[in-house]
Amino acid sequence: MKLSLQTQKKVIPYLFLIPAITFFLVFQLFPIIKGIQMSFYNWSIMPGKVSEFIGWDNYTKAFNDPIVKLAAKNTLIYALVTVPGQMIFAMMAAVLLNTIPKGKGLFRALYYLPVVTSWVIVSLLIRYMFQSPQGVVNYILVDLLHIVDSPIPWLIDRRYAFIPICILGIWKGIGWSMVIYLAALQSVPKELEEVAEIDGANGWQRFWNITVPLISPTIVFTLVMLLIGAFNVFISVMIITNGGPMQQTEVLLLYGYHQAFDFLKFGYGSAISTMMAIALTVASFLQMKFLRRPVEI
Amino acid sequence: MQKKRKITRNFTLLLIATLGAVIMTYPFLIMVSNALKTNVYVIEYPPELIPEHPSLQNFADAWSSNNFQLYFRNSAIVAVVSTALTVLFSAMSAYAFARFDFPFKEPIFYILMIMLMVPDITMIIPRFELVTKLGLRNSLWGLIVVYVAGGTSLNTFLLRGFFEQLPHELDEAMLIDGASYLDIFFKLILPLSSPALATVTIFTFMGNWDEFTWALTAVDNPLKRTLPVAIYSFQGQHGTQWGLVFAAMIIALIPVLIVFFSMQKYFVSGLTTGSIKG
Repeated sequence: MKLSLQTQKKVIPYLFLIPAITFFLVFQLFPIIKGIQMSFYNWSIMPGKVSEFIGWDNYTKAFNDPIVKLAAKNTLIYALVTVPGQMIFAMMAAVLLNTIPKGKGLFRALYYLPVVTSWVIVSLLIRYMFQSPQGVVNYILVDLLHIVDSPIPWLIDRRYAFIPICILGIWKGIGWSMVIYLAALQSVPKELEEVAEIDGANGWQRFWNITVPLISPTIVFTLVMLLIGAFNVFISVMIITNGGPMQQTEVLLLYGYHQAFDFLKFGYGSAISTMMAIALTVASFLQMKFLRRPVEI
Repeated sequence: MQKKRKITRNFTLLLIATLGAVIMTYPFLIMVSNALKTNVYVIEYPPELIPEHPSLQNFADAWSSNNFQLYFRNSAIVAVVSTALTVLFSAMSAYAFARFDFPFKEPIFYILMIMLMVPDITMIIPRFELVTKLGLRNSLWGLIVVYVAGGTSLNTFLLRGFFEQLPHELDEAMLIDGASYLDIFFKLILPLSSPALATVTIFTFMGNWDEFTWALTAVDNPLKRTLPVAIYSFQGQHGTQWGLVFAAMIIALIPVLIVFFSMQKYFVSGLTTGSIKG
């Protein structure tokens, strides 16, 4: 049986949308609404037990929770350290690879390797390297370079525990921004650089006065994307310190997760997650709306 | 003189690039080196990068111990099934959005897009509730449905853009020749979109293969674990047997590296698109 084209035109879009929309409604939209609902309850996970509606209590609790403050501070520090860190090293790598005579493809692939490796694997690697007293990093610092006298208790002392997490965040992300910057650098007309060179501008001046302004949309784009990514930090902290010692390295999403799955406070965990969801969704939305994507990618 | 200076400059640049490559790959070198050392039950100090007696024993041990093959199979099933469903469903809905008119088309698309920006981790608690109620916990389906849901919205968005760039004249030519709209989808749109479909498939597969947080949360039954979760708990059990853990990590990494090195050209094009979910 063959339907007329007219009928097909009416029926096919609906048929074709059914699977996508079903999955969307059940596993995206419903959980989002459910999460908001749960955040207003003292949610009970016991079957049959009634959850108690408590209004904004979970939210007021969050604003007065010292660990939430600390987790917010840690998340912010992570963003302020890793975002510029990734951008600076990525730009250096991109400029370098843009000028080397040979092996660009190979180096690009090698620098990109951490990006394609899963967070679980790289986090475990970093945890291994930063063991104390006998980890690789301590060996390099104490025995090879003699920078410090005694091994640093990286993962045990709260003053140091965040350093491996930030180093991982930078190292893993360099390749991503680098590839984007490389594409942008290739779009800068060579003639402009040559003219500036004839006018006596040195490499540094050419970079700041010609290259950077030309690729600034790309730089802003990576800045926003990396900021959103940084506030999503979760797996690396979970694996490297799991928020410890004494919850000193908690970040916001991990703290919400711990509240739900370690302390079974699903309502409180949902309140923290909902606030993060709203903040990050608004940020992504503004990014989409106002930042033009760099054309070359 | 000029030429000599140029050679020195090029040499210096290559040297810096090599130094950078050493730093960027150093943790991987440590992983490979330790995986090749046998019986390192205590942490070796000082650490040696080149193993004295390299052996593949750790790989054999990891592969044959602790249900590792089962985890590999679970991961493969989850990643393949959810990637296939995601690509199919998103191509279908993208076709509907790109080539047809229906009421509330743009508002529906807009809602899909905005909800797409909600990070997955923030939905983990209600999803856990939902999947428990549906009886999908401790089943690979509990992972697949969530991966398909997230992936389908994202890729609908990407593929719609691509489908819309394909000239409409081709559709009309086919319709005049008596083709149906299904023919257009299967014989025109899909074949012409193979580069976009390849990019979408690669990124979806890699994301699903590596997914950790949801797999850790939704599955308690050790027999239903996927590789990332298994490796994580493997390290917990064999705290000091890093050689074994590293061998397991390398085995898990191999499919990713094969995809990465063989499909590099798709990576650059799909880069920003794959990053939307952070």
